Amino acid sequence: MSAYVLLEDGTRFDGEAVGAHGSVTGEVVFTTGMSGYQESMTDPSFARQLITFTTAHVGNYGVSEAAMESDRIHAAGAIMRSAVDYDDAPGAEQGWLSWLRANGVPGIAGVDTRALVRHIRSAGALRGGIFAGDVPEREARERVHAEPSMVGRDLAREVTTPEPRIFEGDGGPRIVALDTGIKRSIIRNFTERGATLEILPCTSTAEELLARDPDGFFLVPGPGDPAALDSIVETIRTLLTSKPVFGICLGHQLLSRAAGLETYKLPFGHRGANHPVKDLRTGRIAITSQNHGFAVAGVPGEIIDSELGAAQLTHVNLYDNTIEGIRLLDVPAGCVQYHPEAGPGPNDSLDLFDEFLGAFSAA
Amino acid sequence: MPRREDLHKILVLGSGPIVIGQAAEFDYSGAQACKVLLEEGYEVVLVNSNPATIMTDPEFATATYVEPLLPGTVRQVIEREKPDALLPTLGGQTALNLAKTLYEDGTLEELGVELIGATYDAICRAEDRERFDATMQAAGLRTARNTIAHSLEEARVALDAFGLPLIIRPAFTLGGRGGGIARTPEDFERIVATGLAASPIGQILIDESVLGWGEYELEVMRDHADNVVIVCSIENIDPMGVHTGDSVTVAPQQTLSDRVYQKLRDQAIAVIRAVGVETGGSNVQFAVNPATEEIVVIEMNPRVSRSSALASKATGFPIAKIAARLAVGYTLDEIPNDITRATPASFEPALDYVVVKWPRFAFEKFPGVDAGLSTHMKSVGEVMAIGRTFGQAFGKALRSRELDAQPALDGTDEALLERLQTPSADRFDVLLELQRRGVADGELRARTGIDPWFLRELRQLDTAFEGVRTFKAVDTCAAEFEAETPYYYSAWERSGASEVRRGDRPSVMILGSGPNRIGQGIEFDYCCVHAAMTVRESGRDAVMVNCNPETVSTDYDTSDRLYFEPLTLDDVLAIVDVEQPEGVIVSFGGQTPLKLAAGLAAAGVPLLGTQPEAIDLAEDRGRFGALLEQLGLKAPPYALAATPAEALEAAPRVGFPLLVRPSYVLGGRAMELAYDEAMLADYFARVRPGGEIFLDRFLENAIEVDVDAICDGEDVWIGGIMQHVEEAGIHSGDSACVLPPHSLGVEMLDEIREATRALALALGVVGLMNVQYGVYGEDLYVIEANPRASRTVPFVSKATGQPLAKIACRVMLGEKLAALGLPDDPAGNHVSVKEAVMPFDRFAGTDALLGPEMRSTGEVMGVAVDFPTAFAKAQAAVGTRLPAGGTAFLTVTDSDKPAVMGIAAQLHDVGFRIVATRGTAAAIKRMGIPVEAINKIQDGRNNVVDWIERGDVDLVINTPTGTAARSDGYEIRRAAIARGVPSMTTIAGGMAAARAIAAARVGEPAVHSLQELHANGGVRA
Repeated sequence: MSAYVLLEDGTRFDGEAVGAHGSVTGEVVFTTGMSGYQESMTDPSFARQLITFTTAHVGNYGVSEAAMESDRIHAAGAIMRSAVDYDDAPGAEQGWLSWLRANGVPGIAGVDTRALVRHIRSAGALRGGIFAGDVPEREARERVHAEPSMVGRDLAREVTTPEPRIFEGDGGPRIVALDTGIKRSIIRNFTERGATLEILPCTSTAEELLARDPDGFFLVPGPGDPAALDSIVETIRTLLTSKPVFGICLGHQLLSRAAGLETYKLPFGHRGANHPVKDLRTGRIAITSQNHGFAVAGVPGEIIDSELGAAQLTHVNLYDNTIEGIRLLDVPAGCVQYHPEAGPGPNDSLDLFDEFLGAFSAA
Repeated sequence: MPRREDLHKILVLGSGPIVIGQAAEFDYSGAQACKVLLEEGYEVVLVNSNPATIMTDPEFATATYVEPLLPGTVRQVIEREKPDALLPTLGGQTALNLAKTLYEDGTLEELGVELIGATYDAICRAEDRERFDATMQAAGLRTARNTIAHSLEEARVALDAFGLPLIIRPAFTLGGRGGGIARTPEDFERIVATGLAASPIGQILIDESVLGWGEYELEVMRDHADNVVIVCSIENIDPMGVHTGDSVTVAPQQTLSDRVYQKLRDQAIAVIRAVGVETGGSNVQFAVNPATEEIVVIEMNPRVSRSSALASKATGFPIAKIAARLAVGYTLDEIPNDITRATPASFEPALDYVVVKWPRFAFEKFPGVDAGLSTHMKSVGEVMAIGRTFGQAFGKALRSRELDAQPALDGTDEALLERLQTPSADRFDVLLELQRRGVADGELRARTGIDPWFLRELRQLDTAFEGVRTFKAVDTCAAEFEAETPYYYSAWERSGASEVRRGDRPSVMILGSGPNRIGQGIEFDYCCVHAAMTVRESGRDAVMVNCNPETVSTDYDTSDRLYFEPLTLDDVLAIVDVEQPEGVIVSFGGQTPLKLAAGLAAAGVPLLGTQPEAIDLAEDRGRFGALLEQLGLKAPPYALAATPAEALEAAPRVGFPLLVRPSYVLGGRAMELAYDEAMLADYFARVRPGGEIFLDRFLENAIEVDVDAICDGEDVWIGGIMQHVEEAGIHSGDSACVLPPHSLGVEMLDEIREATRALALALGVVGLMNVQYGVYGEDLYVIEANPRASRTVPFVSKATGQPLAKIACRVMLGEKLAALGLPDDPAGNHVSVKEAVMPFDRFAGTDALLGPEMRSTGEVMGVAVDFPTAFAKAQAAVGTRLPAGGTAFLTVTDSDKPAVMGIAAQLHDVGFRIVATRGTAAAIKRMGIPVEAINKIQDGRNNVVDWIERGDVDLVINTPTGTAARSDGYEIRRAAIARGVPSMTTIAGGMAAARAIAAARVGEPAVHSLQELHANGGVRA
């Protein structure tokens, strides 16, 4: 059955409907990672987004419980050049397309994804939708235009845990994570190192968080615009006076805002597994997993006088010189924009978890 | 950190002649490295014995030595040039081994040369199996259980411990030469013996079998700040058991989950760190058990490899270029990505297409050899195809192969399934046929171990090309950033605008030569690259079309726009559509583009230079014969027959001995000599030529001459006249040749020049033409004329300093020879010898005999002030170490007996002990030369083969003619090859060898750079 992608500027790409029946709208983004489709789909940071996979083939090795980054699919849809649905690959527990269908997530295959990406590259991130072939284009356009813009959108509330969840470690520090969309890879990296992770809803107040009396706080990744999360930023400011705080991705953006830095929307975001990030303190370059549409404004390498004391903009993305990491110099806090936990992507930066834990233990 | 200021002059070692396992990819990597080092302001000294390379073009180095890649020679170069550093990681295994030797013998330390790119210790940790395994274990990585053996006894212990099957690989050999998979105890004993003999250090590795596991390769780069990136992952569709050079491979990997892929990535990084390759590229091979996800490190190359060339072409990330920059001190983030120009090289390419590599085999050239594929590489070339999907890439690769004959796919399903069980060159053709017949994928998977995803995609191959053809760019980043460098492939999509950005300048399309194969090798790529350079110099855009990843032509830097596409009429016409070129050059890439000439002309595409009519005129025997007659030139009698019966009837009219071949062939394919009707009948029974048959009188013992000339339609310029060392009857591609001719008189040379001029003008040549002549007594015969670039163009260019292909291209673009100021006789004062490199040691069971069918894979050049010294250098460069003394064994046919005496006399004079079979011995004795008669094979024990096998013979001179002598000769040559004893199969070759041995007694010959040779006056004796 035919389907099409319609973008808010009227650009249309045709393909075949795969996955769940029906139409869906969201922000159309692309990831250049060549493996890890299931991890991406289940990453809460992709909430309300339609993922365009630039890699030619998707679904090759099926899906499995081990590749889940959360307990469900968060992305709104999948746009692909070519997709298969077989469950007999070694290690596969279900076929890729059957899994999308079972989870009610529409997909489209046979799309000239390269042309689509080139369009987004020049036009910037756009709202759009995947529509069944029989949906009239006018109706589709209306639905796309009804989709709210990602700018100013609070999606953390949609993906956060309703109840506190505790993952026991083994003798390591106890960490409280403010859940704006945590991934299993992060939980695993902490618990494997012995840490206990208490995951609390992002709506928790500073008092509730402090009442847990952990060794440190962790700010997790997540979807949406960090500028729409002022209440969380306020909470973080309160936390920072007492315990070490570290963050990843959205957590990095929120910590930066707490320090008084601004965030802004990137033209089309960073999503993939190949971005080089340099730690300007050591000169070391890591190949990183990336998934963000917003970034922190600033000059790489600069030490600034922030609202939380001196802060150094420690990491830079060598593709476009955007800020990838910050370290507060007067309080034990730091954060990175990229994903050291991988899932999917390279494991080059796993030692950051040791660094976090070192700071938590020292506190 | 910026470039190192303490280095000024850097020595780069090339990889020598094209052999199986080491092909033109090292010209690509070496040329890139030289270019970068010159750009960085270093002086570059290059040693490479292969004249058919771009890297040995004089402008690619400060001093270029086309000299043997041997420790003594390189030491001389170092003494002369005094380089500060040696970069050994871009010239394949040859350069690496040579650097290792020069380190071990103290040369580098004594002469103050630093190894850059890889240290001695790193080379040893990667290459010595024991140290590699220990290094991997220390890094917490698993290698296959294995053991090292230095003898059959040691090997048997492993057999008992691990059980069969076992993989046996000799240490320090190219492409696994001498190794194999032992499935039975008999296999085991045999492969262990050949493996021990093949290893220069008498060491073999016996591996626990991981047959059937998935095979993956990762290309890794590291800088001295310890930044590491993975350039590309490559998945072998064939599971473990087939050498990766012989496997059909895919990039990026398709069947591993992200979790397992990241494990491979982590391990590849751990490997390069543990081995200690401080800067540059390495290739790490893994086996992955699909069921358990166990990972085993198979091996790593601490250097740029065939796979890195493939990875560079597959991703647009120029590994060799970056490796060279890293070696002189840069870090990855200091080097810009050439393709995007906006991002740094410290990243990992993202692909939004699929690349398929297919090996190209040449088993048809070596009847009787085992055509099964295993750990011992047998392919002679490869093609790469880029598609938007796997199916598109695979389909394009299939048509890029240019098979001479379609694989036979008859037989029952069961018979074909049997065939699948043992990997073979045609296994995917068989597999596709079985899919067409409806055999289930489960069955195919059981027989081949191929991942089900590939089997499914193959089943849908037909649907891969639905939609419209459009052109997309290879940009290293899956379109995330704009690409500046135009590197394109065609893709089928629902609809779509081409991404080709073609400016306003006129363009000229150059059609490349496709996969390397015997008869069409790197020489043609060299010509195509020169055409691109010339087109660019003329102010036009050069547009390259080719599908061979092992070449300089498919470097995106070579042309203004590169189309990585199959060379079929359809594919080329699609490019013509977007390019609208001013003209297309079809005469530089060998038969591949030439075959398209008529189709392109018919489609109204303008062809530059010689027009198809002239090609037809030269190839049509009847019309060409008439033309020769008109010009007063002689040709050997010939006949054209429609059937074998007709040929047998015509044979007496032509006269024996005669050459017989099918009418349309490449590299003398299926061409044989017949001395009588029985041999001719036997030929037809074996070869069964379909279509027309050529019979040519064979001018026995004639001197063969090759001429490369350029014609502009008014004027003719003779670039080079080469005399073959072997007599007529040996394919010109396999014959050694010398420039200038060493035994032709001035009058004959003038006659040759005149004949060439007349032919070029009469044929209407515009561009290059090659003519082959036979000098038979006092008479000159035209054997054939080819109005296109020939295999000898690079050799002549290197020997004379005149870039023939560039001159020809200028003429094709409209310039006149008269305006180019070319020297009348560019030969110079030195002598250059080209020698062919034969692959016989790779194909056990084949006859190591030169003949009318070309079988060499590559060539070398020796340059000196005299012919014997140049010949000795050329022999040394192909690996034939002519002995300084010892025992020479001579056996020749009756007609050669008068001539053999001269050889015997010369060898005797320099102190050889001469042994010969009875007839030959008698002839030698009559001249008063001491000689001992030894047994022929049929004489029983202690015969000549026993002598050779015992190591009692140091030089063999054996000329075979006629059928009876061939079988005896076959055994002699086989034994000589197995023992590595130089074996000359022609009188002229034997004579040249004897003279070369005498010349070598004077001392190690001096080395000369091309720049010196071609400077005014050149080198004097």
